[in-house]
Amino acid sequence: MDLKLDHRTEDRLTIVEVEGEIDVYTAPRLRELLIDLVNKGNFHLLVNMEKVDFLDSTGLGVLVGGLKRVRAHDGSLELVCTQERILKIFRITGLTKVFGIYASVDEAKEAHGKDK
Amino acid sequence: MATVELTFSALPAHVRTARLVATAIARRTGVEESLLDEVRLAVGEACSRAVEAHRVHCPGEPIRIELRDDSGRFEVTVSDQAPSEEIKQEQPLDLGMLSDSFMSNFGIAVIEGLADDVEVFPSPKGTNIRMSWPAAVPV
Repeated sequence: MDLKLDHRTEDRLTIVEVEGEIDVYTAPRLRELLIDLVNKGNFHLLVNMEKVDFLDSTGLGVLVGGLKRVRAHDGSLELVCTQERILKIFRITGLTKVFGIYASVDEAKEAHGKDK
Repeated sequence: MATVELTFSALPAHVRTARLVATAIARRTGVEESLLDEVRLAVGEACSRAVEAHRVHCPGEPIRIELRDDSGRFEVTVSDQAPSEEIKQEQPLDLGMLSDSFMSNFGIAVIEGLADDVEVFPSPKGTNIRMSWPAAVPV
C-alpha cells in the first residue's frame, strides 16, 4: 500500500493522519509535509500512526527530523500508536524515550491540553 | 537447499518489491506467521541501507538478495557493492545525538533487534548482511 497523508488543526495541535507504508520510497513525502507544517508555524504536531502498515528506520529518521525541527521552536511532536509491530521498532531503537506515544488522539489531546 | 536470487537497481521503489518477495518465500519455507513481520522489516532495512549506499557510491550497480531454505533455517543475504567501513554499534541517548549519519546506522540496529541470527560483513568492496530465522523442517 502507498502512503496517504492528511492533516488538520484542532486548537493549537496539528494532527497528521498517516496511512500505509513509511519506507525509503515514501518517507520523503512525510518529511516534506512535516517541514511544510513547521515552516507555516505549526509547532505542536501529533502524528497518528494507527493506520500505518509498515515503518522502517527511514521513517523513524523522518519523525526524529520533525521532532528536532519543532523543538527548535519550543514545540512538540508526539505519536498515536497502539500497534505492537510498530511500537517494537521504537523500542528496539530506544526512541520510546524520545517520543511521547499515546493510545489515542483524544488521550494525546488531553495530555497536550494539560501542558498548555 | 532451495535458493532464490533477486537483483535490483538501486531505486527506493524496488525495496518494497524485495520485501514482498522475501516475505512470500519465508511463508512458503515455513517461517511462522508471527515472524513474517520481522522478516519483512529486516529485509526491508537491509535493502534500504544498500540502496542508500549505492546511490552515494555506485548508483548504476545492482543490489543482490539471496533467499535460502537451509536445514530448517530461512536465510537471507543482502549484498551491496558500496565501500563500507566498520559499522558502529551505538544506542541513541538523546535527540542531539541523532544526526543524519547516525540515523543511517539505525537500519542495522533494527535488523539486529529483529533477526535472532545476524552477521554483518562490511568491506571496501561492499557489505553483506546475512540473517536467518527458524523455518519448518521439510517433510
